[in-house]
Amino acid sequence: MDRIGKVDNCSARSRGSTSNMKFLTTNFLKCSVKGCDNSNLNFPLHYVGANCQLEQDESIEFNPEFLLRIIDRLEWPAVVSVAADLGNNDLPPNKPEFDENLTEEDMVILRDLHTLLIQTNITEGQMQCKNCEHIYYIKNSIPNLLLPPHLA
Amino acid sequence: MVQVHLNFRLAELESLADLHGIDVDFSGYSVDSPFMVVTLKNDKDASDWIKRSVLTRAIYEYWGEGTDYESLHKSIQSLPELEAYKSANDQKSFKFEFEKYGGNARQDTSARVSTIESFKYLDLKGPIRMKNPDEVFTVIEEYKAISDNVGGECPVKLYFGRQVQLSDRATGAVEKYDLKKRPYKGTTSFEAELSLASANIAQVKPGSIMYDPFVGTGSFLVAGGHYGALVLGSDIDGRMIRGKGQQTIGANFKHYKEAIQYLDVVTMDFTHNAIRDTLAIDTILCDPPYGIRESIKVLGAKDPEKFIGKEDVEINGQKAYLLRDYIPTKKPYSLDSLLDDLLDYASRRLPVNGRLAFWMPTANDENIATIIPLNSKLELKYNCVQDFNKWSRRLLVYINRGPDFNGPSNSGLDRTSNFRDRYFSGFN
Repeated sequence: MDRIGKVDNCSARSRGSTSNMKFLTTNFLKCSVKGCDNSNLNFPLHYVGANCQLEQDESIEFNPEFLLRIIDRLEWPAVVSVAADLGNNDLPPNKPEFDENLTEEDMVILRDLHTLLIQTNITEGQMQCKNCEHIYYIKNSIPNLLLPPHLA
Repeated sequence: MVQVHLNFRLAELESLADLHGIDVDFSGYSVDSPFMVVTLKNDKDASDWIKRSVLTRAIYEYWGEGTDYESLHKSIQSLPELEAYKSANDQKSFKFEFEKYGGNARQDTSARVSTIESFKYLDLKGPIRMKNPDEVFTVIEEYKAISDNVGGECPVKLYFGRQVQLSDRATGAVEKYDLKKRPYKGTTSFEAELSLASANIAQVKPGSIMYDPFVGTGSFLVAGGHYGALVLGSDIDGRMIRGKGQQTIGANFKHYKEAIQYLDVVTMDFTHNAIRDTLAIDTILCDPPYGIRESIKVLGAKDPEKFIGKEDVEINGQKAYLLRDYIPTKKPYSLDSLLDDLLDYASRRLPVNGRLAFWMPTANDENIATIIPLNSKLELKYNCVQDFNKWSRRLLVYINRGPDFNGPSNSGLDRTSNFRDRYFSGFN
């Protein structure tokens, strides 16, 4: 539990690059092929771990209040599965819950989640729909969800 | 209040009052006047209401008014609440300020001091502090300009009050976000003042999620982030999103020290949306492509026959369309269809009472009335026009009222498709 934030193949640290796809964003993106909306396999996308480059951006400050709002909106099973895609198998199966008064232990978990969700950037990589198997690319830290004409 | 963007000012004030659940009687509002007198429950309501405002300057506790200092003093001294106001303030540190409206007459310091001394009857016993006083007492001097360029020399109207809250404008938001000082911007970047006002009229809330489906260089993300929303953008044009080197949308957020508000931007066709349906989007605020700088495009082949079988093309044994550098083809789309899609998306994705706000261009000289896109689940709340010479643009603001609303709809109708042609022919 205390190493939630770690992702194994993190290549660079704190380059502070100015554009970045946050790990958090993997929790928002489904396949853009309309036909896949009828499948429950279109979210989350599968991240091809071997082809993903990660980077830590430590310039964004830790803000527990902000993070709690984000956690509220997460689909937790997708966080777990994408983290596993990227080499982190240490996440708890259920979404951590927090009381109004945060304990020291809560803060440790929140800091780890901050490291994972906010500070971990995917700079290059491939995302694949588990339904139609279309491959999308993350290029220069920007995910590209455009489609070829036969899928549009 | 400020006497600019008058078509937006009341919408901003109403939206901010509604956002904070403050009951405001707008019967004292006049589009021609920079002043409005209003009764509110307490300082907190006044402060909440005006703190975010971009089109006002400040809100004061009203102590009196007059056409000159003599009548101002009389007015203050006859105020029923004066004794209560005096005892509430008599031990506090304070200073006096003079706000001039419509004039630039200079008064020397000694004249100012004697003016301040004329308020002696207020019995302010606290220390005078020029920096961070407990209270700021303000004299607002309204001048009548002699001509457009020459301000008046003698005030025609005076107001006196205790400052309760300076607006976002008065504390520097418009300057802070001035495009001239923004690290990453482009030809389509939206000016600071009206993008902030748009975010207020759209009721962007702290901690909520705001989405801009035509994000460009991220002007509206900046405005939404300033008001505390977590902001997410997409654009079919990856070049805008990518920025230039260190100049990116993310870099702007770091520059403003609001990086935490910025979620991400993705390259995506809004009409082939990849945001999961279960992600709650609280507000949509955007400036859709008008089709002027470049035509409106969505994914798909303009000439489908040419693309028959193209999905089987392979390069070095790999499907071409699955390669990293594959560039999908795009086809033209009409502004009407795009706006229909936008309204439909908002009606499906916003919570009930959530707001969609976007900008739409119209030609001014057409004899045909401008047709505003409508969706049966959305209530058109505001239609605020900004006039240019031969064309105008308007901020359209809709409230999602849900499936039972049954409002009028004109989805699928040809409404604005000739705007681009008319723009290029000079609206003649």
